[in-house]
Amino acid sequence: MSVGTDSPLVIGGHSFRSRLFVGTGKYADNAQMIAAIAASGAECVTVAVRRVNLDRSKAEGVLHHLDPVRYFLLANTAGCYSAEEAIRYARLGREAGFNDFVKLEVIGDQETLLPDVAGLLVAARELVADGFKVLAYTNDDLITALRLEELGCAAVMPLASPIGSGLGLLNPYSIRTIKRRLRVPVIVDAGVGTASDACLVMEQGVDGILMNTAIAEATHPIAMAEAMRHATESGRMAFLAGRMPRREVAAPSSPTGGMAG
Amino acid sequence: MHLVVNGQPKQFEGPLTAAGLLAVLDLDARAVVVELNRRIVRRPLLEQTQLDDGDEVELVHFVGGG
Repeated sequence: MSVGTDSPLVIGGHSFRSRLFVGTGKYADNAQMIAAIAASGAECVTVAVRRVNLDRSKAEGVLHHLDPVRYFLLANTAGCYSAEEAIRYARLGREAGFNDFVKLEVIGDQETLLPDVAGLLVAARELVADGFKVLAYTNDDLITALRLEELGCAAVMPLASPIGSGLGLLNPYSIRTIKRRLRVPVIVDAGVGTASDACLVMEQGVDGILMNTAIAEATHPIAMAEAMRHATESGRMAFLAGRMPRREVAAPSSPTGGMAG
Repeated sequence: MHLVVNGQPKQFEGPLTAAGLLAVLDLDARAVVVELNRRIVRRPLLEQTQLDDGDEVELVHFVGGG
């Protein structure tokens, strides 16, 4: 069994080559960002919508650096604190971009950046009705995940831990439960700190993982991007391979008989 | 003509279309979205969308994000 024989990840009718999705923020410069994304092997990359800087002679958006043919650009609504604001940004992102997918975030608190799930459900309903393929960033809460699926979201994206925290997967049980109960793809988004976190996330059986800070804030982002590619694939392979049961006692790996007298 | 562009009060020679504003600001219409008084101006309509005195314009594009 190998990742090569794995079924493809399909979200909203689009088949993705890689189960690792990466953000484009926080890099030292664009060259580093491009090299890190290439090393990650990701096809889907997230981007934010912000004002053009009028004080520059030539505004430099991320589109000047990312080939929209090579990469699937997923606009987010990061920084939006209400359903209304998130809906507005989703529409701006659709107009700026090349698809009707949106990574929907409705943030509820500045310190933790945890989702406002009430606002999230309102915005998801409106955007699905408006024809969007909604990938909803949410808590590791089964009931909200189920509601998002019922509303017609194309994927549900529960967090491993808060955005940019690097705390890793805080509640594997919740993530496994969400994956077990949902039919739409589950992409764990946010909180990964290093490769073992990504591997552990994928070992829960989820469909994919999205990260930004763990790569961009590594001492060597390009090397970390490659590590994350391997970790995502390793975790996926280990899940497909099926891990051995946990035991509270040892079981010898070598024959117990045939010992020299 | 007085416009508020990305929150900044600015003076322009009128008349001016949305496409004309992008040209004056040296912005690439393929990479920028124009929102006029909170309504998105679709790209095919930029040339025919006249701006009026006092209009509020938001010009946004994709930047790095997670």
